[in-house]
Amino acid sequence: MRDVVITGVGAVSPLGVGARALHERGTAGACGIVDGEAPCSEYEATDHLSRKEARRNDRFTQFALVAAAEAVAEAGWSEADGGLPVPRDRAGSIIGTGIGGIWTLLSSYKDLLEGGQVGPLAVPLMMGNASAAAVAMKHDLEGPAFCVMSACAAGTNAIGVALRTIQHGEADVMLAGGSESALHPLTRAAFGALDALSDSGISRPFDARRDGFVMGEGAGVLVLEAGDIARARGARILGTLAGYGSTCDAHHLTAPRSDGARAAAAVTIALRDADYEPDQIDYVNAHGTSTPLNDAAETAALKLALGEHAHKIPISSTKSAIGHLLGAAGAVEAVATILALRDRVAPPTIGHEQPGEGLDLDYVPGQARAMKVPDGRPARAISTSFGFGGHNAVLALEAA
Amino acid sequence: MSTVTTEAVQKTVTDALVSFGAEESEITKDTELTTLDIDSLDLAEMSQIVDDEYGVSLKSADVTTIKTVGDIIELVVSKA
Repeated sequence: MRDVVITGVGAVSPLGVGARALHERGTAGACGIVDGEAPCSEYEATDHLSRKEARRNDRFTQFALVAAAEAVAEAGWSEADGGLPVPRDRAGSIIGTGIGGIWTLLSSYKDLLEGGQVGPLAVPLMMGNASAAAVAMKHDLEGPAFCVMSACAAGTNAIGVALRTIQHGEADVMLAGGSESALHPLTRAAFGALDALSDSGISRPFDARRDGFVMGEGAGVLVLEAGDIARARGARILGTLAGYGSTCDAHHLTAPRSDGARAAAAVTIALRDADYEPDQIDYVNAHGTSTPLNDAAETAALKLALGEHAHKIPISSTKSAIGHLLGAAGAVEAVATILALRDRVAPPTIGHEQPGEGLDLDYVPGQARAMKVPDGRPARAISTSFGFGGHNAVLALEAA
Repeated sequence: MSTVTTEAVQKTVTDALVSFGAEESEITKDTELTTLDIDSLDLAEMSQIVDDEYGVSLKSADVTTIKTVGDIIELVVSKA
């Protein structure tokens, strides 16, 4: 089967606009959480998009467009570089979201309630697939393009499905990721009603004092290419998307299985897909939401899947710095993971000071740490995502 | 509702096109909508605006005949 490589990454996150901001500030221990939420406060639409593009796209789609443009530029697909490396019908986009265009949905409903007209842009801006469509239109991608919705696993599932799309020969190159912009009073109230949000406003995954997640927004997009095509054109390769696993708890709409069995199965499937042994992983970018239930179940899952090796490697949560980006989380974390592997540095879980009961793995508290990578092979990691609905999705990644 | 004069409609249409993202300096009666990157979704918004402003209802069949900025203005004035 064809190998699939990563030749570009892009991100808009609470740590700034750009994958470099995410990686460098995240590694340095910076925090993008302000007053209990993590907005993309450095993002200004018209810095990146025309006035028309800005009004034609909901904020979640804007984020996807900006992240995709960065990834495409890094991959050397920009117009100045000659554009797409393959015919248009061999390129596609799969962008996940947890919620979609909620700003458009709710502002349109407000217009209606106030006696105004609902505009013709309401549907095309609110639809969850708007990001995939907008990215495809922008970059002339005429192959498979659609949205994956699996709550907080959506970004990871989208990247995994894009991997399969290339492996199975439906396309040669794909833009894949996730986007979300839902820092809205309704979302806040709705997650609050589930007791999922942090009362303290602090994201401290795996800590004894963790009390819920902090909501964030943003997008992450990866350029995935069939390895033969990337090598033939002399592309700079960041790493390999080596494996993907996806399972469901089939247990409860919001609570994870406490034994982590199906989450562990997703890890095992991803490792087998990548042809990695459990003890050949150097780093885990954890889902690590800072909710009491997730962090306990995830710790159980990692122990089940990796055995004793789970105690020997750094495991950190990007959400400690940027909060929970819902459907974008897995994609932004995949970007963070591949750059961490490139530099062989595990970013920290900031705010982690007091280990939670039974949470006895190495969560990289406070400061980034060098990964220990055996001689003779590139650094390897898994990135985990778990979503409401019991969706478990895991990527296996390897540095170039 | 506003009084329907060619000048008033021209202003309404120009303001709408600018709000859709067109450059005001490029807008004349003869400008083709495609050069302003104005598409069917913009024209659907335009229909709502002239309906609010002048009580003029533009049907899909009307909109398909529109090619230039002047065509919109003439159509609205003729139907008012």
